[in-house]
Amino acid sequence: MFISSGDVVPSFKGFTLIMPAVSVGNVGQLAVDLLISTLNMPRVGYFHTDCLIPMVGNNPYATATEDAAQLSTSAEVFSHSDLKLAVLQIRTPIIQTKVRSFRKLMVSWIKSSGFLRSVLLSSSHAYQRDDQQLHGTPLRFLLTPSLQTEEGQRVEELGWRELERISAFPGISDSEQRLYIPGGGVTKALYTDCCAEDIPMAVVLIFCSEGDNIPDAFALINHLNDWLHLLEKPTQGSVQWRVPPSWRLLFGSGIPPLLF
Amino acid sequence: MATFFGEVLSVYSRAVEEDEYDDMTNENEEDEQIRREIEEKRSVHVHWLSQTDGGSVPCSDLIIAVGPNATGFISAYVLSSGGWTAVGWVSLWNERSHGSGRPDTAPGPGEPSCILYQQKNSPSVLICQCSCYVAEDQLFQWTEKVFGCVQTRDLTVTVLSDCSAAEYKTPDYLSGSSVPFLRSLRTGAHKGPVACPPLEQPNISTGLAAAVLSHCQVQRIAAVLYQCYSDVLQPDSLTMQTYRAAVSAVLKLDQNPSADVLQKITRVSELQTAFTCEAERNTKLTGGAAPVETGYTNWRRHSSFPDAGNDVRMPSSWSCVPSSPNRFEVPI
Repeated sequence: MFISSGDVVPSFKGFTLIMPAVSVGNVGQLAVDLLISTLNMPRVGYFHTDCLIPMVGNNPYATATEDAAQLSTSAEVFSHSDLKLAVLQIRTPIIQTKVRSFRKLMVSWIKSSGFLRSVLLSSSHAYQRDDQQLHGTPLRFLLTPSLQTEEGQRVEELGWRELERISAFPGISDSEQRLYIPGGGVTKALYTDCCAEDIPMAVVLIFCSEGDNIPDAFALINHLNDWLHLLEKPTQGSVQWRVPPSWRLLFGSGIPPLLF
Repeated sequence: MATFFGEVLSVYSRAVEEDEYDDMTNENEEDEQIRREIEEKRSVHVHWLSQTDGGSVPCSDLIIAVGPNATGFISAYVLSSGGWTAVGWVSLWNERSHGSGRPDTAPGPGEPSCILYQQKNSPSVLICQCSCYVAEDQLFQWTEKVFGCVQTRDLTVTVLSDCSAAEYKTPDYLSGSSVPFLRSLRTGAHKGPVACPPLEQPNISTGLAAAVLSHCQVQRIAAVLYQCYSDVLQPDSLTMQTYRAAVSAVLKLDQNPSADVLQKITRVSELQTAFTCEAERNTKLTGGAAPVETGYTNWRRHSSFPDAGNDVRMPSSWSCVPSSPNRFEVPI
């Protein structure tokens, strides 16, 4: 359930919601980190639920020592009113037995908040791609029918590729074509829910493997920026995203000096 | 998964399999019934030993101790002084519990448990000593239930928790002499002084301590978490001492911890090192060489800790110190 961190409950009417799916390589979560950090978005509330494993830490986006000791929890909502942008960051996995109630919670929150559209940033196992998916860019999108009518043409102009349906039985020509997002966590189920509930939602995902997924996060957020223009792209090069300080020591602590 | 060395590790993958979710959407009524029953079995309940009138217990300070060192500290430094009465307990069942169902009787001494204590001369101070395992899906409920029965107005929560120094991330190399040490996390509503430096990014806290702090942050309750990083797997007196600074702000602590209680706490780890100890004693009894050098080196190294020995007097009969990583040992 959404709980405001201030005294005033923020209104998200007409806002765009961007949220990650906890998926392979945590790419969606890393991309959202880049967005919050670069836009310097203030936290407006928490998503306090029994569906997520609890976790606490100090401010992951601290820019100075003064704001470093601000407690952050497993799911928080950030907002940028000029851009009409709300971002939900999820920092822990969903408890296996509570996936269904998490989906329900998300759908009801999206509906009640009056978001203009929602974007789910996700990823899928690169090794599970079929022959047609191996060609070209690793980035894909999906639009729910209600968003397709508004944004379908726009993404087509951008040259985006829709996620291919996969044959349930490869090699048999008229077998059923289904949506398959291995390693995508809640992505497929949440997309299906949003289709059924007529919620305008886009899934933007990247094929990747577990490892150092920072380059994947940059690729995904740059791709999203091509569509939403959250940050102005310089004429030369790409947007300068600000890496949050919490990405330090991703591969462990310092090396014992006695080794040398 | 079994590793190269044969230990069995629970493997956690970030890549959640989508197909498992698919299966869950196709479940029938019977599956749902089973799911409901499991949920019921895993639910958390708070029991009060004395009759309460159903309302919330008045509380100004709540100390929650999780982990072997934190609970050991509470036993040896706080509860041993007397002046505390057990007022309630939290019952829960999960895969690591003994028995097949949720316990309906109060836990006996020494059993893994979660007990609430009240100070006799200042009844608004409560301690929750949690030595049992609370599963991930029970953490949220635990906090809801426990905080549901204490008055949260003007409440200050102090959480003591344990952590392995191996999990502490720092750009500098962590040398052996710097552990054990404390780091703190506090909610936005907590304005009081904190006894140690804040936990640096990218370090985090999880488990019951995180659940309590998340709840307090969201509900705007003043709460502070003291996380102790220790390089010893078993509870030991030096690690426990680090909590003194944190708790002395809330409670008046005994100058000397109870040696009996410390002995009990370290007994579990003692059993594990009994073999080493036995071997050394045999050497002595048979008039063999002096106890293994490493044992004494160990002793000296630990005595060189500035605090060591000030509080706990070591009798001379405790000469059998095994070459184990334990900093505190008692005779068998």
